[in-house]
Amino acid sequence: MELTVLNSESKAVALEGMSGFHTEWVGGSPRDGAKLLAQRECPMSHPVPEPSGRPLAPGERLPRGDRETLSSRAEEAIRALMVKYPDPLAATLPALYVAQEDMGFTSLAAMKAVARVLQIPEGHVYGVATFYTMYQKKPVGRFHIQVCTNLCCALRGGAQLFERLCERLKVHPGEVSPDGLWSVEEVECLGSCGSGPCLQVNQETYDEFVDDARLDQIIEACRCGDVPEWGK
Amino acid sequence: MKENTEKGNTVLVNIDGREVAATVGSSLLDAALAAGIHIPHICHDPRLTPTGACRLCLVEIEGERGFQTSCTRTVAQGMKVRTQTEGVRASRKNTLELLLSEHCVDCLTCDKDGDCLLQDYSYEYQADKARFPNVAPAAGEPNYTTESFALEYDPSKCVRCQKCVRYCQEVQMAEAITMANRGGSIEVSTGIGISLNESSCELCGGCVNVCPTSALYDKQAKGLGRSKDLKKVRTTCTYCGVGCQMDFNVNPKTNRIVRVTSEVGCIPNNGSLCVKGKYAFDFVHSPERLTTPLIKENGEFREATWDEALALVGKRMTEIRDQHGPDAIAFLSSSRCTNEENYLMQKLARTAGRTNNIDQCATTCHGPSVAGLGESLGSGAMTNAIVEIEDVQTLFLIGANPTEAHPIVGLAMKKALRKGAKLVVCDPRDTWMAKRADIHIKHKPGTDNMLINAMMGYIIEKNLHDPKFVEERCENYPAFLENLKGYTIEKAAEECGVPAHLIREAAEMYAKGTPSSIFYTLGITEHSCGTNNVRNLANLAMLTGQIGKRSSGINPLRGQNNVQGACDMGAMHMALSGYQKVTDPAVRAKFEAAWGVTLPTNVGGRVTDFMEHAGEGKLKAFYCFGEDPIRSEPNSTKLAEDMAKIDFLVSQEIFMTETAKLADVILPATCFAEKDGTFANTERRIQRVRKAVDAPGQARPDWQIISQVATAMGYPMSYNDPGEIYDEMAALSPNFAGINYERIDKVGIQWPCPTKEHPGTPFLHAGRFTRGLGLFQAIPHTPPVEVPDAEYPMILSTGRTLFNYNIANMTRKTAAIEHKQPENFVEVHRDDAAAIGIKNGDMVKVETRRGSLVVKAHVARKVRPGMIWMAFHHEESNTNLLTNDAFDTTTRTGEYKACSARISKP
Repeated sequence: MELTVLNSESKAVALEGMSGFHTEWVGGSPRDGAKLLAQRECPMSHPVPEPSGRPLAPGERLPRGDRETLSSRAEEAIRALMVKYPDPLAATLPALYVAQEDMGFTSLAAMKAVARVLQIPEGHVYGVATFYTMYQKKPVGRFHIQVCTNLCCALRGGAQLFERLCERLKVHPGEVSPDGLWSVEEVECLGSCGSGPCLQVNQETYDEFVDDARLDQIIEACRCGDVPEWGK
Repeated sequence: MKENTEKGNTVLVNIDGREVAATVGSSLLDAALAAGIHIPHICHDPRLTPTGACRLCLVEIEGERGFQTSCTRTVAQGMKVRTQTEGVRASRKNTLELLLSEHCVDCLTCDKDGDCLLQDYSYEYQADKARFPNVAPAAGEPNYTTESFALEYDPSKCVRCQKCVRYCQEVQMAEAITMANRGGSIEVSTGIGISLNESSCELCGGCVNVCPTSALYDKQAKGLGRSKDLKKVRTTCTYCGVGCQMDFNVNPKTNRIVRVTSEVGCIPNNGSLCVKGKYAFDFVHSPERLTTPLIKENGEFREATWDEALALVGKRMTEIRDQHGPDAIAFLSSSRCTNEENYLMQKLARTAGRTNNIDQCATTCHGPSVAGLGESLGSGAMTNAIVEIEDVQTLFLIGANPTEAHPIVGLAMKKALRKGAKLVVCDPRDTWMAKRADIHIKHKPGTDNMLINAMMGYIIEKNLHDPKFVEERCENYPAFLENLKGYTIEKAAEECGVPAHLIREAAEMYAKGTPSSIFYTLGITEHSCGTNNVRNLANLAMLTGQIGKRSSGINPLRGQNNVQGACDMGAMHMALSGYQKVTDPAVRAKFEAAWGVTLPTNVGGRVTDFMEHAGEGKLKAFYCFGEDPIRSEPNSTKLAEDMAKIDFLVSQEIFMTETAKLADVILPATCFAEKDGTFANTERRIQRVRKAVDAPGQARPDWQIISQVATAMGYPMSYNDPGEIYDEMAALSPNFAGINYERIDKVGIQWPCPTKEHPGTPFLHAGRFTRGLGLFQAIPHTPPVEVPDAEYPMILSTGRTLFNYNIANMTRKTAAIEHKQPENFVEVHRDDAAAIGIKNGDMVKVETRRGSLVVKAHVARKVRPGMIWMAFHHEESNTNLLTNDAFDTTTRTGEYKACSARISKP
């Protein structure tokens, strides 16, 4: 959607002057030969917002993503989810996972698409997506690897595992590798406190004593295409 | 449990040692508050679902561990509750200190100082703001409100109570805002990263009104006065006919209205307002207001004294009256002004003016309701009260768009929907209600009677009508029945352009869904068959017995703040105040005795007649009060030509309108914020209007001006205050006799109210129609005067939108509104747009036989194919240049809703 600001094409009101007294112009700025609409003492002495240099609304600090729409496969998957619940609102979380997988990360466009398919308010989707950390609001690699470094895993070398992972993939936390394949993240818990250390690639969990050899296997499996990629 | 609640069953709860009776199902907090026991609360609002977010309403319940949030606990028999134990108080203090650690504690420069719950409770509990390190979000970061002209969000004052979000979702159902992020960075935001102005925000300001601190505040009020410096003046809104009660927050030092608030619990709006009530008051202090009398000399206005202007008006009006007779002068009263002023205006016309040529804009809008319902039922008003709407089981909306034109009635309907009501909408556009309707009949404009007749035929065929009601309470049924024979569902489906099964389902839903209620507005009346449309809706209600009960009836939603009152007060040619017929000898005798004159005997006419007579040169003098017919009547070009032929035109106005520009004398008047009086809202409730600020310059209250004009015309009038005028009117009008200013000081009363003891009448026609028997009438379908042809193949319909009001010379003075809706537009169906090669946002030329305009196209599927729709708010692009000056045969109401048009690339 194209965003209109204070200026719209045919009739724009430009405001000039100090708080408390301003001049209004129709048809752009006065320098462009606009017509004087009114010159008035502003009844409410308030700072008039700047019409140009539009600041970012909170959501706009988040990236939109390259893709604007869901694939038809993902859209179908979300529709299939919808019928499982009495209220489409309830399908928000799984639908967001589908969109994340489809579009590579939970971009603003992905949130919009979920709201559109589920026919629920965008605000609801936005609130949910920004609340949960499992939705990646910034671009990640096609393989986003999360490693648990919480207490149980830490006792069994979770932090070291994470360090080795970064070394092998040559990527720092919060970055995406130049080939776009890899990104890594330290997380609090992946639900395998009895069998750590553990990690998760996209939606696949590897939760049984992941050591060096197992790590290599997992990376190799990703390279061979055995693990579903995001945003493919 | 629901049953118990309905019976009003109560339980006894012990709160702080006191036995408190509480309704089963109510919350502990509500029970305590009702008993006068104060429990602190920030996130509670009686209109919202409780969430227990703020943790301040904690109490101890005997036998339970820890503390409980009293807002989320329902009462139970024998519950023992303590609200002020040491533990509870310590917990509350702790919570407040945590809140303060996320708050900028900026009371020195805060507008909300003196009206802030956080401030009040912090003081009460002596909360220490320094106990925890302050982690308040930085102020001044751009957010979703940065560009808004209406409101501003300051996260450093937000206590995350979510009242704003819940109000937006649950009451307004606009779904514009949400809570974003988590933990310390949680904040209010619009849906998906867009500014407030681009979101689905309806600018109702509800989020600002419910905010317990100053996290959300009215941007334009910033720095103009702290809450504790402001004086609240309760008054009635001046826009649509809902009659919302609102409080002007006035700074007495500057004589300025700073902001508008409304109190939860007030009738009829329960603390809710729409964009117009909340924000459209900037016009009051506009420098464009008229401040001195003006007299036109040699084509130019010059300033004049009041004495000079009044003398000139008196002299010219009497001269013309005496020279050309009573039909050469006419008076146009104003449905925007008070009852008192409308009463005086018709008194002026009939005493000093000696003519029945008196009218107001009901002719332009709900004249057909007054006439049609008056004929069928005996009273032309809304039959039910607004508070009854939430209990309607089937809402039947036809030609009505309440969420935009009557937003607070819209809220009542939304509440009914949340309670499970069914919704049938007959409207050629996809309005908010239509999108959520169980059945949406998107019929062709001008085919209402075809639709209604077919529905009634089907109701009788399926035996869904109420023969007992028809038999006992109505007459002329056989003739009505005979007429229905020609109208089958199939024929209607074809003529209206909708699937037949929808018409059947709608008929069933309406007939079965007791209580059902019909709501309509100008989509019904503004047709050349407007009065017939109304009569037919009355037929439908009578046939099914869906009238004369609580939450069931036929409800014309009146468009102007006091159009009901202007009719009530007799500002029409055929009736005096209280709908007493001018031709009735007893009535005439009563008024003649009271006024000391012989009442005029000419028939008189309506505003559309006046304009026609002006064009023919028969109308020589015209007194126009608070109206701008050039902008509001159809076919503006012809109208302006006709008006230019009037010898002497007086305009009593607050702004230099198009009509005022033609006037010979302009008398500067006051707006509703500057005078006292009463308005009657759409549900017949007479409510107080109170003076909040002084009038600008030499502007005078209208009732004074009218009195002075009457005196100048040789009929002395003198009143000390509007109350005196009201009492004179009430003494002459049985419908209003029981109402006086004292009785309606807090809550308005719905007429009829014949005696001082009478409580008023929430719904009409209980047991018996005002007329006696309800009159069935045989109503044929007649197409609009102009139907599409090869030259003009489309139908143009007009109406108003949420953000602006009618000709918008008041609403457009508010920057936030101008920001939201800066220009005129035309809604075009996607297929029609594709046919001429335009896309959304392109400029398009709209032409009718009367004129053409180039406006921006809103291309979507909102309107039917073959139809276009425009609002009439923008002066620089006057939609009424296009509309057809064809009129209803009974009431002379213009056919705004259907004329032929074509569109092309400009």
